[in-house]
Amino acid sequence: MTAFLVSRLATLLPVLWGVSIVVFLLIHLLPGNAIQLFLGTQVEMTPAQMDELRRLFGLAKPLPLQYVDWLGRVLRGDFGVSLRTSRPILPDILARLPVSVEITVLALAVALAIALPVGIVAALRRGSVADAVIRIAGLVGLSVPNFWLAAMLLLLLSNVTPVASIGIYVGLLRNPVENLTVMALPALSLGVALAAIIMRFVRSSLLEVLGQEYVRTARSKGLREPLVIGRHALRNALIPVITVVGFQAGYLLGGTVVIEEVFALPGMGRFALNAIAQRDYPVVQGVVLVIACLFVLANLAVDVLYALVDPRVRYG
Amino acid sequence: MTAGRHAAAIQRPDRLPGHARAARPVTLGVRVARAPVALAGAVIVAAYVLAAVLAPVLAPADPLRMAPQALLAPPGGGHPFGTDQFGRDVLSRLVFGSRTSLVVSFASTALALGAGGAAGILAGYCGGMLDDAVMRAMDVIFAFPAVLLAIAIMAVAGTAPATIVLAIGLVYTPQFARVGRASVLQVRGLEYVEAARALGGGGRRILTRHILPNIAAPLIVQTSLSLSLAILTESALSFLGLGTQPPTPSWGNMLAESRRFMVTAPWTAVFPGAAIALIVLGFNLLGDGLRDLLDPRLRL
Repeated sequence: MTAFLVSRLATLLPVLWGVSIVVFLLIHLLPGNAIQLFLGTQVEMTPAQMDELRRLFGLAKPLPLQYVDWLGRVLRGDFGVSLRTSRPILPDILARLPVSVEITVLALAVALAIALPVGIVAALRRGSVADAVIRIAGLVGLSVPNFWLAAMLLLLLSNVTPVASIGIYVGLLRNPVENLTVMALPALSLGVALAAIIMRFVRSSLLEVLGQEYVRTARSKGLREPLVIGRHALRNALIPVITVVGFQAGYLLGGTVVIEEVFALPGMGRFALNAIAQRDYPVVQGVVLVIACLFVLANLAVDVLYALVDPRVRYG
Repeated sequence: MTAGRHAAAIQRPDRLPGHARAARPVTLGVRVARAPVALAGAVIVAAYVLAAVLAPVLAPADPLRMAPQALLAPPGGGHPFGTDQFGRDVLSRLVFGSRTSLVVSFASTALALGAGGAAGILAGYCGGMLDDAVMRAMDVIFAFPAVLLAIAIMAVAGTAPATIVLAIGLVYTPQFARVGRASVLQVRGLEYVEAARALGGGGRRILTRHILPNIAAPLIVQTSLSLSLAILTESALSFLGLGTQPPTPSWGNMLAESRRFMVTAPWTAVFPGAAIALIVLGFNLLGDGLRDLLDPRLRL
């Protein structure tokens, strides 16, 4: 297991390094002069003042040196300061991190709660009307944009209760009940598409396992059907589902940016979108870096989990 | 019917019951007719493409013409889907919006297929350093959630239509690279490829004549599924104000504009979202159906 972990971490480092280069270059893709963009068109500067600013922002050096400087600071936890508020960026991101992580985790929970039972039923009743309905529902769930679903859920709810009463975000620790009330719709909006993806996978994976010989053996030795399914089939069928969840972590982390905007939740995504509107590019850069790292770590966690559940992976 | 078949059998003795039936070539048309899922998807997609091409003929009104006397008019009368906050006809904006969405998604997916597919196929075929370099680069792009990377690129590079295509194309490139590479690895060592090589076939000839036709199926399926993701991404970008810019209609920016009036004028929000969902469903059906048709091993 240790060897597996080490080798897995070793493949991670080049990816993270590449991520840092992309995030660094992102800000240098800015058409024209970054400083002029920041100042806007109203401010006129003398060339000497521009040089001074360029030196101040560390933009006077050649690009590779700027990268090394920047990476060094990022590794020490210094993401720079916001161009608008002059506040250090990392603490502001970390303060909003729990909101985004909570949406992501809740959406995953919603997705699994829907996908597992429905997928299992579809596989066990293969070819039935229920199966057909579930498969169509799965395709529809896959096709509905999450931000539109969010808007439609809000619209439906507004017929029952005034939209204002849906509530303003409250910290999970401060008031768990109110927090979950506020988070229910965002989690549902984000989770439905993922539920569809996982459900389709659970169905096909279980169908494949049900055709295996050890399932026939379990049946022929007289085990009752619930035991065959529960103890033999499901255990093996659900292992690959972990991989799908890992692949879709990116959907969740990207989707939360959009969903936070729809529900006005104070997460990292909305922080980044506000920063985009204000041309506060270092903040955008910081959020993108943090979310990409989260995604890479989520995939690592999935790999480790997979190796724990399926010993073949570890020794393979 | 039966009589007809007998008549045919007389002309073609090999079709007589006692003979082994000659294998009738199963044309693509026959296979498609047997696959209602792919057919349903193809019909939806074709309808949208037709609507986009014929937009000026089909749309009941000019999508940009404002009508101060009919602001937020409910569906009915001259406006089957109602009007928006400027009195513009929602149906006409939807029809013209299909042009934006389809052009962006087809162009960006073509870009991703061209760049990613070629990179993946070459990486898989050549192996070695090239393989490592290409796939590590793809891993890096893959390490960003697709929507987030597209948002970041649009935020920095501006919202020109070509930029939207480039951004969406880039974020979906790694998927094609992975599919292309994995498929090449599957067929690269097969006998017929070795036979072609033994006969003195050059690298390019083997790739284009022997490998490409045999790995086209997974790439075609991936193309269909990526088209659906591209539509969703374009509309998400436009919804956030980072994609197609008003007043050019796109389903995403129509949804964004409708947010303030959603409760009083739900039609401004319901129809654009439904338009997105239906075309995405079409591409998903097409992708699923094609997978069943072309590659039974991958059946989901």
